[in-house]
Amino acid sequence: MLTDQAGEGVHHDTPGPGHSAQNSLRTGGNLLQLVSPEGERISHPEFDVWVKDIGDEQLCSLYEDMTVIRRIDAEATALQRQGELALWPPLLGQEAAQIGSSRSLHDDDFVFPSYRESGVAYVRGAHLSEIARVWRGNASYGWDPQRINLATPQIIIGSQSLHATGYAMGVQLDGANTAVLAYFGDGATSEGDVNEAMVFAASYQAPVVFFCQNNHWAISEPVRIQSHVQLADRPTGFGIPSMRVDGNDVLAVMAATRVALDRARKGGGPTFIEAVTYRMGPHTTADDPTRYRDPIELEDWAAKDPILRLRKLLEAKGLLTEEVESSVKAKADAVAAELRSSCIGMPDPKPLDVFNHVYSTPNSWIERQKDQYSRYLNSFNESVEEGAL
Amino acid sequence: MSKLTFARAINAGLRKSLENDPKVVLMGEDIGSLGGVFRVTDGLQKDFGKHRVIDSPLAESGIIGTAVGLAYRGYRPVCEIQFDGFIYPAFDQIVSQVAKMHYRTQGRVKMPITIRVPFGGGIGSPEHHSESPEAYFTHTSGLRVVAVSNPQDAYTMIQQAIASDDPVLYFEPKRRYHDKGDVDEAIDLSTALPLDKAAVVNAGSDVTLVAYGPLVKTAKDAAMAAADEGISVEVIDLRSLAPVDYPVVEASVRKTGRLVITHEAGQSGGLGAEIAASITERCFHYLESAPVRITGFDVPYPYSKLEMHHLPDLDRILDGVDRALGRPNSLSGLEG
Repeated sequence: MLTDQAGEGVHHDTPGPGHSAQNSLRTGGNLLQLVSPEGERISHPEFDVWVKDIGDEQLCSLYEDMTVIRRIDAEATALQRQGELALWPPLLGQEAAQIGSSRSLHDDDFVFPSYRESGVAYVRGAHLSEIARVWRGNASYGWDPQRINLATPQIIIGSQSLHATGYAMGVQLDGANTAVLAYFGDGATSEGDVNEAMVFAASYQAPVVFFCQNNHWAISEPVRIQSHVQLADRPTGFGIPSMRVDGNDVLAVMAATRVALDRARKGGGPTFIEAVTYRMGPHTTADDPTRYRDPIELEDWAAKDPILRLRKLLEAKGLLTEEVESSVKAKADAVAAELRSSCIGMPDPKPLDVFNHVYSTPNSWIERQKDQYSRYLNSFNESVEEGAL
Repeated sequence: MSKLTFARAINAGLRKSLENDPKVVLMGEDIGSLGGVFRVTDGLQKDFGKHRVIDSPLAESGIIGTAVGLAYRGYRPVCEIQFDGFIYPAFDQIVSQVAKMHYRTQGRVKMPITIRVPFGGGIGSPEHHSESPEAYFTHTSGLRVVAVSNPQDAYTMIQQAIASDDPVLYFEPKRRYHDKGDVDEAIDLSTALPLDKAAVVNAGSDVTLVAYGPLVKTAKDAAMAAADEGISVEVIDLRSLAPVDYPVVEASVRKTGRLVITHEAGQSGGLGAEIAASITERCFHYLESAPVRITGFDVPYPYSKLEMHHLPDLDRILDGVDRALGRPNSLSGLEG
C-alpha cells in the first residue's frame, strides 16, 4: 500500500483539530517545517497531529520511496545519455515534495501532474515502462489515467490547473467526497491558465489542491522573474487559503497536503500549497544549468537535501539499520534494473500506428491518408520484387 | 562572407537590428543569460542589457500582449515563442490584437512586432515541440508570415521583419539550426530580395516543386535525386507564406505544367491547398496534371518514434513528383 487508503488514512482515525480550526489552518507565510535540515524533529502545535500516525515503519517506507525515485531518476538520466530515452526531466531534489504529497492522497483522489512528476507516477502505481515510454518517444501517453487516477503528464505550462479545477467541479456536482490535486511549478504561476484556475476554484469552492513546487528555476529564469512576492501570498488575493511548506521536509509536505485534501473533501474549497524546494538537476537532459546558475546556490541546497534530511532523522531514531539500508538498496537496484530492461526491450511502434486514435469514430480524411500511406510503404516492397518503378 | 550556422545567422541579424534601432527590444522566455533554448539570442543580453533583451515571465499571452503595448509606445518588440506548440496561449493576442490593430485604427497605430517561432519536427522532441502552426496565421488577415530556409535569408529576413511596420510571424526551422551556410553580413537591406518575395532555388523544366522552411533542403535534395533519373525539377523557396508570391510560382508552372507542394503541416486546410487552388485559378490551361500535395498527415504531431513517417522526406517528395509526371507511383491505378 503506497498511498493513504480511504477508511484507513489519518483523516478518519486521527482526531485532528476541529473543523473550524482545520478550515483556517494555514502557515501565515512562515515556512512550515517539521524536520530541520539537521534531521531534528521540530514539533508544531497545529500540524503535528496530521502526521502523528507516521511511525517508524512509515518513515522507513517514505525513505524507501524517496530513495527509489532518486534511483529511477538517475537511471533514466543515464538511459537518456545512452540514447535509450529521447529526453528526461529530472526531479533530483524534489523527492520529498513529490513523495510526501502523493502519499497523502487517497486512491480515489484524482491528480493532474506536470511533466516532472515521475515520483508521483511511481507512488500512484504507474509501471516503470509506462513512465519511460513517453520519454523514449514510443507512445503519446504512459499509463491509463483512469486506472491510477493520474492524468497524463502535461507539457503545456499550467494547463492542467484548469483541468484539475474542472474535475473538482465535477466531483462537486456528483456530491462525492473526492479531492483533486494539481501539480505545477513556480514558472506556471505566471500563466493565465493558473490564475484563471484560481478564479474558478475560488468562485465555486471546488475541492482542488494547487500543489506548487517552487523549485526556484523555470529553465533559466529565477523565481523572482515570476513573482514579486512569495508565491504563497498570491492565492490569498483570490480568496484561496495557502500554506508555505519546506518542500524538502517530507513530513511537513505530508502534513500540509493532508490538511488541504481534508479541507477539499469536507467542502472547505481549494487550497494552495507552495512547497519550497530546489531543482538540483537541469530542466531536462537537454539543458545546461551551468550557463545561468551559481554553483554555490546548488551547494547550499545540497545541504538541505530531502533524502539526507530523512536519513539524519532515521539515524537519530536508530532506525537506519543495516537491514533497512540493504533492503532499500535492493529495492532501488531492482527497480532500476526493471526500468532499464523494460526500456531497452520496448518494441517500436508500427508505421501505420501514426493514424490511430485521432478520432473515436472512423474519419474519412484519416482513412484515406492511411490507405495511401499504406500503399506508399508497400510500393517499396513491390519495387524490390518487380524490379520496376 | 562568413560561414554561420542558422542560429548564429539569426543572432547576427538580431544584433544588427539592436545596434541600428534603439527602439528594438527582445522579449521571451530564457532568452537572456541562457541565450534561448536554441542559443539564438546568445550573448545579446550581455551586450545590450536586461532592459533591451528581456527575460519575460513564463506567460506567452503576456509576452505578446505587452509587446502590443510597447508597440503602441513606439517600440519594435521582437518576441520569441520558445516552441511552436507554446504559441497558443498567445493566439488571442496575436489574432485579436496584433493582427487587427492597424485596421481597427485605420493606420493610426502600427504594430511593428516580430514574433519568432522555432517550428517543425525532426528533432525527436516530446509533444508540443514539433508543430507547424503557420496556416492558422496565414489565415489571419493583418499578419505577414515568413519561413526561412537558409542562414543568409535568416540573417537578412529577420532584419527586414523587424524593420517592417506590419507584424511578422517569423518561422525558424529548428531542425536546421545547426546547418552552416555563407552569410554576407554586409548585405544591403534596401537592395536585398524583399521580405514578401519567393526565390527559385533550383532551376528546372519538368516539375515545379514548392517548399518553405525546413523542407527547402529536402526539396533541393529531391531535385538532385530526380536529376539522376533525367527529371528536371524547379524548386521554389516560398519564403513568404502570407502573402504568397504567386507571380513566381505562376511563371514556373506555366513553364513546367506540373506542381508539387510540400510542407510538414497537415494537408487539410493547409498552405498547400491554398497554393493548389490559386495556381489552378491562375494557370489552369497550363497544367498538365492535378497539383500534388506531399504533406504531414492530418494527425496530431506524433510521438517521436513515428515522426519520420509523418514528415515528408525525399522519397515521398519523389513519389509526388512521379504522380505529377504521370510516372508509376504509389497511387498508380487509383482514381484521384
